[in-house]
Amino acid sequence: MIASLSLILLCQLAGEVIVRGLALPLPGPVLGLGLLLGLLLARDRFAALARGPLQGEGVENASRGLLAHLSLLFVPAGVGVVQMLDLIAAHGVVIVAVLAVSVVITLLVTVTTFLLASRLMPRGRRLP
Amino acid sequence: MSENPFSLWVYLSQSPLLWLTVTLLVYAVADAVSLRTHRNPLANPVLHSMWIIGAFLILTGTSYTTYFGGAQFVHFLLGPATVALAVPLYENRKMVAAALPPMLVALAVGSVTAIVSVVLLAEAAGLPRAVVLSLSPKSVTAGVAMGISESLHADPSLTAVAVVLTGIMGAIVVTPLMNRMGITDFRARGFAVGLAAHGIGTARAFQVDAVAGVFAGIAMSLNALVTALLVPLVVTLLPH
Repeated sequence: MIASLSLILLCQLAGEVIVRGLALPLPGPVLGLGLLLGLLLARDRFAALARGPLQGEGVENASRGLLAHLSLLFVPAGVGVVQMLDLIAAHGVVIVAVLAVSVVITLLVTVTTFLLASRLMPRGRRLP
Repeated sequence: MSENPFSLWVYLSQSPLLWLTVTLLVYAVADAVSLRTHRNPLANPVLHSMWIIGAFLILTGTSYTTYFGGAQFVHFLLGPATVALAVPLYENRKMVAAALPPMLVALAVGSVTAIVSVVLLAEAAGLPRAVVLSLSPKSVTAGVAMGISESLHADPSLTAVAVVLTGIMGAIVVTPLMNRMGITDFRARGFAVGLAAHGIGTARAFQVDAVAGVFAGIAMSLNALVTALLVPLVVTLLPH
């Protein structure tokens, strides 16, 4: 458990170090995701890597635990709304309306594009 | 006599323990209610935790900084949770690889739509430029969006709230919207909600369908990457 969490943190840390070091315009945790994925794929190819958190579902279980309550992690940022009551009084309704319309447009455009693209591209159609 | 409970409150209200407990407790109750209502989208646990905790802070005159002293331990886990998305991605790699072309097209189109739509709507509604900039990265996960906002010299705390509101609204609207449109491809449904409504949308997708959850997680992480590259570009196109 501890080793698995350490591995997740280590991937994030390496991601942050690489992003800062090379001044890449992408978030550290996203690069960390790529690193962990690379490790999991490499483990299947090289048996020597299958030890510690990379064996017996170690890092898999720790990750599932973290993701099980993903929405909880957004609560502290959301409560930040109490800091901006003045802004809400002035523009609150407009901001919520703008965000609502934008999210609906984004959902519709994305789902339509995905469906059209998978119909036009034969590789996407083979799936159940 | 009345001094004792008061000094206890003064002590507790400054300690991280109280606010961490409040965050977890309120969320646990909100999540239980959501489960009891068979995951009704309107019983969204983030939405209800947010206003209950917010009202509690206002009633007790507690500053957000004090609250965050305790809640930061939860907030911190956003980063590791993003890394953890590698696992569902790895476990469903065959299905993901097969759907790669439509995913990449939907990612490009959806990501641009998410940014351009909010910027245009906010400009048209006459919101101040600082607010428009703060809203622009609202479709990506909180940590990433706040970083983008900072690099634009906008207001990261407003961005965080816009991110959470977007996530909640996306999570509430996605199931009725997709059902009404008759879309049964859970890969497409999940991908759309992960792109438009990041982690809160992904959490919703996992409640509805495992495949939808996986595609939502992928869309969320890919969109974090693309939006970080796109937002600075879109912003330079705004008239000064």
